[in-house]
Amino acid sequence: MAKVKTLEDLKRMRESLQSELSLRENSDTPEKLVQIKVSMATCGIASGAKETMSFIMEELYRRKIDAVVTQTGCMGYCHSEPTIEVQLPGADPVVYGNVKKERAQLIIDQHIIAGKLVDGIIPGIYSTPDNK
Amino acid sequence: MRDLSMHILDIVGNSVRAKSTEVKIILMEDMDYDILSLRIEDNGCGMSEATIKKAMDPFFTSRKTRKVGLGIPLLQQNAELTNGGITIESEIGKGTQLTAVFVRSHIDRPPLGDIADTIALIISGNPNVNIIYSHSFNDEKYILTTKEIINSLENVSISHPKINQFIKQMIEENLELIGVEL
Ligand SMILES: Nc1ncnc2c1ncn2[C@@H]1O[C@H](COP(=O)(O)OP(=O)(O)O)[C@@H](O)[C@H]1O
Ligand SMILES: [Mg+2]
Repeated sequence: MAKVKTLEDLKRMRESLQSELSLRENSDTPEKLVQIKVSMATCGIASGAKETMSFIMEELYRRKIDAVVTQTGCMGYCHSEPTIEVQLPGADPVVYGNVKKERAQLIIDQHIIAGKLVDGIIPGIYSTPDNK
Repeated sequence: MRDLSMHILDIVGNSVRAKSTEVKIILMEDMDYDILSLRIEDNGCGMSEATIKKAMDPFFTSRKTRKVGLGIPLLQQNAELTNGGITIESEIGKGTQLTAVFVRSHIDRPPLGDIADTIALIISGNPNVNIIYSHSFNDEKYILTTKEIINSLENVSISHPKINQFIKQMIEENLELIGVEL
């Protein structure tokens, strides 16, 4: 029988991740990481929010990007599901709508890695006049 | 909702929205009795009798804007298609228990779907809720909780993609070990 992963393996993995995190500048506490929230209400799930969150997790893992990816309830943009909120350390959060794989890829490549906003931003409470 | 994993994501979403701090996801598969049951227990705000009735009525919605939704009626419909059904017990201020029973071999029984990925996303996605996942297959059982994961993580976030991928693989391997058909 092949060996199955246990919490002991997780501890070992965590130790190596911890040292990677402290080597990388400013990334040893969660607040200093990229924060992503995926809206996971029924309307979002029906529009593919699970696939979107799954893709984001896998892609960030593959590209070795430190982030905190969580779920949130309905953000009130049911017509634009799946929606995600992206917040770079020290910046204001930005909400994107209709985030399927393709747009999620763009958001990772351009917003998260290069710091440039991409199409699909839902303007709202997040874009106050002085954070342009 | 194409599969049970999506129903789980949806029903657990209700529990989280009800401000639960602990949610149990209990899946039981029994080949002898030909049953697959899903039970979700939470310690959230609970529902009144009237709300339970409404929640099970597809023509009622408390929300103003929605084209889909109807999470509970959809699950009920899918369970009933297999000659199973759902029950909801709830007490205001205490919490809610929802049980859905399916005839496992029934042609209309939705597949499990991507259960390891789904549970891992629920665990990573709700770091402040203690998720207790229990999956039994005949006499074998696998249990995983947010608490025990966090105890192994020190200051590393349970919502980090690398941790999420590990949790997903760990669930996958352990379910395979107890015989769950993935
Ligand atoms: N676990 C729960 N705790 C408290 N209330 C709940 C719970 N599950 C469902 N409800 C209530 O039942 C309603 C219907 O649930 P659901 O069918 O999933 O539709 P929706 O979540 O889109 O409103 C919810 O809006 C909520 O008021
Ligand atoms: Mg719901």
